[in-house]
Amino acid sequence: MNYNTLLSEKAKSIEPSGIRKFFDIVSEMKDAISLGVGEPDFVTPWHIRNNGIKALERGYTHYTSNAGLIELRREIVNYLERRLNLSYIPEDEVIVTVGGSEAIDLCVRSLINPGDEVLIPEPSFVCYKPCTLLAGGVPVPIVTTVENKFKLTAQQLKAAITPKTKLLVLPYPNNPTGGIMTRDDLEEIAKVLRGTNIMILSDEIYSELTYGREHISIANIDGMKERTIVVNGFSKSYAMTGWRLGFAVGPREIMKTMLKIHQYAIMSSPTTSQYAAIEALKNGDTDIENMRGEYNIRRRLIVDGFNQMGLNCFEPEGAFYVFPQITSTGLSSEEFSEKLLYSEKVAVVPGCAFGKSGEGFIRCSYAYSIKSINQALERIERFVNNIASEK
Amino acid sequence: MKSILSLLEKDATLTAKQIAVMLGISEAEAAASIKQYEENKTILGYKAIVDWDKCENELVSAMIELKVTPKLNEGFDKVAKEIEQYEEVSSVFLMSGGFDIWVLVEGKTLKEVALFVGEKLAPMEEVLSTATHFVLKKYKVDGIIAGENIKDPREVISL
Repeated sequence: MNYNTLLSEKAKSIEPSGIRKFFDIVSEMKDAISLGVGEPDFVTPWHIRNNGIKALERGYTHYTSNAGLIELRREIVNYLERRLNLSYIPEDEVIVTVGGSEAIDLCVRSLINPGDEVLIPEPSFVCYKPCTLLAGGVPVPIVTTVENKFKLTAQQLKAAITPKTKLLVLPYPNNPTGGIMTRDDLEEIAKVLRGTNIMILSDEIYSELTYGREHISIANIDGMKERTIVVNGFSKSYAMTGWRLGFAVGPREIMKTMLKIHQYAIMSSPTTSQYAAIEALKNGDTDIENMRGEYNIRRRLIVDGFNQMGLNCFEPEGAFYVFPQITSTGLSSEEFSEKLLYSEKVAVVPGCAFGKSGEGFIRCSYAYSIKSINQALERIERFVNNIASEK
Repeated sequence: MKSILSLLEKDATLTAKQIAVMLGISEAEAAASIKQYEENKTILGYKAIVDWDKCENELVSAMIELKVTPKLNEGFDKVAKEIEQYEEVSSVFLMSGGFDIWVLVEGKTLKEVALFVGEKLAPMEEVLSTATHFVLKKYKVDGIIAGENIKDPREVISL
């Protein structure tokens, strides 16, 4: 059979993620160091794991309600109140999803009609564009720059809005740049959006990983809650990536539609994970604090390392990535990443994997041990020096 | 600067320069703090944590509980100070609960350790009784899980 003629044209048009590109090679390579993985190196704290185990022991192996265990939804609401000063109703404004990714997909599919424009600040996480395309929407990238600390500015937003604009994705704290939006930055964005019908998808999965100041949700800014779907989850804050659990909160009418799609596509999120997540929210604040402290130490180390070797590195204030500029080497992001891998066995992600505007940068995760980071920095420095001496 | 101690406690091979960068302080400041910690014996020393089970000449360790009669005006200090002098003794702690002093002894053989207890500790005037427990297997030592190095379990994913 000629499968190519059978596959959906829309699905075929989606490009595979550029992040994976080199990493199948890395797993085969001896002594390779990867700074590529976008997930915590920490194991989920034991008390959280143990609650998952306890749930299995007690035989809690059934589906939960579509929106998730009510006890978990209540804890989510408590958590949002406690940490981000947001208030929601557990019964009909919260959905427990399979990771933040599902919540993003649900949100886009619930809002987008064919031809609707979705504003996506770039460089950013790879899924917004394909989700938009699959929903028949039109992704409209807004290029953020290192000069503006990779923030979305009000002028840029204003310039990108058309009568067809339906949704703004707000991916902060940002993967891959580590950029954040302060309250003042968000106030400026809010000024542009007030009085419009534009909705916001605020992807706050890294909300617990900010350094030096607390994360502010745009739902906290006057007049924004009614138009915002906040996506968050357990993967980054509690090192629970493999449990596949996230959530979305927002206006009841939107949540109702998102829940409809969720109930047909997913039914309910994994039960064991939901029990573990209850424990995380109840007793996990110190875990977050400890991990944040550890990431912060590594962040300073890796930023200094890149700046010392002459690769200009923006100081990230969130997430666990650095996004150093490699244009001084004369190589493209892809060339740099590929050559670095083959000559020094260090894997990084080329910036262009996060949108065209990422060209000239590489993404390095610092969710690695200090030892690995130091080794990787040494090798990258040797690589950069070799290129300079070849010139 | 408690964080300097936390970093060094996890990895004593870090240099003052590396610590300075990680904590966002100056190198001189980090070096001065470390020096002070060493001088006032907040940092007692630096050494490798060895899993002797992996070596050919294994080491036998035993934990010995001592019940002791405290001395007038000196409490348990006198006897503890005497015990700490022995080279075979690697740790001495004053304990609450069912016994008074806890001694970690290391030796080449079971016999060597048992003889040390019988000949040196038990006969001490203040020592009322001893209970010797030999360590059979070490699962976790000073915060580090013994055994093989675990490969990074994170797989390739589009994130």
